[in-house]
Amino acid sequence: MVGELEFERPVVQLRNKIAELKEFTKTADVDLSSEIEKLELRLEKLEKDIYNNIKPWDRVQIARHPNRPTTLDYISNLFDGFFECHGDRTFGDDEAIVGGVAKFRGLPVTVIGHQRGKDTKENIRRNFGMPHPEGYRKALRLMKQADKFNRPIICFIDTKGAYPGKAAEERGQSEAIARNLFEMAGLKVPVICIVIGEGGSGGALALGVGNRMYMLENSTYSVISPEGAAAILWKDSALAKKAAESMKITAPDLKELGIIDDIIPEIKGGAHKDVKGQSEAIDNFLKKSLKELLELSEEELIADRYNRFRTIGEYSFIKDYIKI
Amino acid sequence: MLKDLFTKNTVKKKKYATIPTEAAKSDVPEGIMTKCPSCKTIMYTKELNKNLKVCLHCGYHFAMNAKERIISFLDEDSFIEIDENMVSENPLNFPDYLEKVEKDRQKTKINEAVVTGSGSVNGNKVVLAIMDSTFRMGSMGSVVGEKITRAIEKADEMSVPFIIFTASGGARMQEGVLSLMQMAKTSVALKRFSENGGLIISIMTHPTTGGVSASFASLGDYNFAEPGALIGFAGRRVIEQSIREELPEDFQTAEFLLKHGQLDAIITRPDLVDKITNLLEIHQPGGELEW
Repeated sequence: MVGELEFERPVVQLRNKIAELKEFTKTADVDLSSEIEKLELRLEKLEKDIYNNIKPWDRVQIARHPNRPTTLDYISNLFDGFFECHGDRTFGDDEAIVGGVAKFRGLPVTVIGHQRGKDTKENIRRNFGMPHPEGYRKALRLMKQADKFNRPIICFIDTKGAYPGKAAEERGQSEAIARNLFEMAGLKVPVICIVIGEGGSGGALALGVGNRMYMLENSTYSVISPEGAAAILWKDSALAKKAAESMKITAPDLKELGIIDDIIPEIKGGAHKDVKGQSEAIDNFLKKSLKELLELSEEELIADRYNRFRTIGEYSFIKDYIKI
Repeated sequence: MLKDLFTKNTVKKKKYATIPTEAAKSDVPEGIMTKCPSCKTIMYTKELNKNLKVCLHCGYHFAMNAKERIISFLDEDSFIEIDENMVSENPLNFPDYLEKVEKDRQKTKINEAVVTGSGSVNGNKVVLAIMDSTFRMGSMGSVVGEKITRAIEKADEMSVPFIIFTASGGARMQEGVLSLMQMAKTSVALKRFSENGGLIISIMTHPTTGGVSASFASLGDYNFAEPGALIGFAGRRVIEQSIREELPEDFQTAEFLLKHGQLDAIITRPDLVDKITNLLEIHQPGGELEW
């Protein structure tokens, strides 16, 4: 199989061996059925062991898998009549973010998401899913449009981060991200955010101020990439694996920290193994959360978003503080 | 030959390089005198401080800590600190994190990387937050996010303008994604304040980068910066690596941002109080046309 990851190699090897044996018994005149049965039991146990104990670094690898479904994959599986809209009306069209209108089970919605490429050529066009300011401004334009026409907004988050480039700084990368955080806070429609791959830093958060926050089981969400964290903390980006473990960036970590509402379970071994099946799992969460959120008034939606972020953070108070 | 009669007049090459000590490098006695890193002029520290830590010769702005900022910007004795007793926890159980915070607390004599409170500028009441880059590089963790959010809420409650002096290297790594979420927390608070008609003034000082620049620092109704301040989202080195080209000398300086339309103005420190007073007075409610 293509694109197997290192942590699942034992499973793949055993599965291949069983297939070989089955093939062998077909041609040769030996009965190996009891051996095969034993091996299949072992495979089942091994799969359980490995897929139920995926380490943070392995999740990072799954989240970065070249075949991992992208925003457009989920859009085509989950929505009808997607109509893509381009451009920020000010500078240009950033293809690292896609967005437009569509119907979700009959309900008009606006869908926006980071978009990686599937191959080198597309990745160059889409800048590996790392947006420039015009990408965030396009997203905001579409959100404002959704607000006007009272359509819920669904955001798919999947980026290594905002693009660190000269042009991005010249056009106000900081302001573009900040403006999205600020304006998303005031949207009068339901906003649902789903991290489908890598949720990298401010570039991810700029589509992430929602009423509901979900993460696919093997996605990550972090203040900085594990490589970046290792470089800053220990001056050695080779310690990325260690950083991935200590930074608490996986879906279970974020659930525990109370930042996301729920984890959307993934197909065994990762979403790339079955896009349709994965889309169905997402569909369930969308349906449920939309139903709940459509009950809320505009004021309640804004207050709900305010409260969800207002309460994030851990601190305490001391008696012997230093007087300035 | 004639030239052989003379000994060669070459300087004997040293076998070892000597590294000058830190003290020798600065050539200046500790404390009494200060050397400007920009124009290299040596001046009396007292004189420099009297000039709001702006070089008397070239106008270079030295870093100001929170306390100096309060003294230089607010009316005398008008400052009332809030949430001064709030301190960090270690939500990710990051090794040595709280020890580092405590060390900086002792070193800088402030409790966290931001000081918040109310005060007045030429009689105009304001709530302000002053970041201090000497404390953990002014990085934003839960406490910084919470204190700033509470200050915004305080301004809302008192119906007075909110002024923030930013100075930060960005998010605090040791609090991971909780740091990232402080960007959203402060931004949703600013949005609510803004919807209620609140005035937001951001004054970016050296350095204002990463998550701080990509949240409240850029969300002022007025965005100002001090001359020469480094302001940007991504670090210079990261950008150079990603685009593989040399960046201009003034890249990500206040002047660069002004040129690219990201700032309302650059304000020098000696002008700051007057200019902000002017703005605050324009924003006083009930201005009427005088016939």
